[in-house]
Amino acid sequence: MKLVYFAWVRERVGHETETVSLPGEVVTVSDLLDWLKARGEGYAAAFAHPEIIRVAIDRKHVAHDMELPPDGEVALFPPMTGG
Amino acid sequence: MKAASPIDVRVQAEDFDISAEIRKLAGERTDIGAVVTFTGRCRDEEGRLAALELEHYPDMAETEIARIAREALRRWNLAGLTVIHRFGRILPGQNIVLVVAASTHRKAALEAADFLMDYLKSRAPFWKKEHLTSGEPGQWVNAKTEDEEALAQWRKE
Repeated sequence: MKLVYFAWVRERVGHETETVSLPGEVVTVSDLLDWLKARGEGYAAAFAHPEIIRVAIDRKHVAHDMELPPDGEVALFPPMTGG
Repeated sequence: MKAASPIDVRVQAEDFDISAEIRKLAGERTDIGAVVTFTGRCRDEEGRLAALELEHYPDMAETEIARIAREALRRWNLAGLTVIHRFGRILPGQNIVLVVAASTHRKAALEAADFLMDYLKSRAPFWKKEHLTSGEPGQWVNAKTEDEEALAQWRKE
């Protein structure tokens, strides 16, 4: 699965994109956020408050209880500040 | 412009020309009685801000703005809708975003432009980072709770 990060999530994680293989117990977006949080210092800083992180699967906004697809692009980012 | 596709969405680094966009949207059409434009610009925050850096999620930015524009078209009787959102480094006084809404009567265009801006702020994947005149490291702009609350009024309808 391809992960992409934006804004301060990207800065804290330390890279823009990566490909990961998720363990079987990671089923929902919420599980993914918890899994990422435990991956190291930068990740812990980026995902310290997983509830505020916005997520898009294949470029569509999704809620945290959404099940992850078997493959695809999952984007993780802070609340948006466009306009 | 074809009547079947009255939505024009562009995400670009370059500036835009408001007069040219009005001409492009309304042009020679004689059925359009109202054209509303909203231009969002970079403020200097009383001299504190040197520039804004706008990061975006390519592809999703266009897709999401187009989705919001289609929703506006579903709610209001619009003759056309243009949305241009810039990315990259933007200096105080420079343009960030343009919404042009055209309709037969003014109310549809006014309301649609307002709706578009409310949704763009909280749903279009853009993030602003401040660069400060002091040279100190700038911060990412925090999303305002008012922006999220602004969406509630449109959900009631």
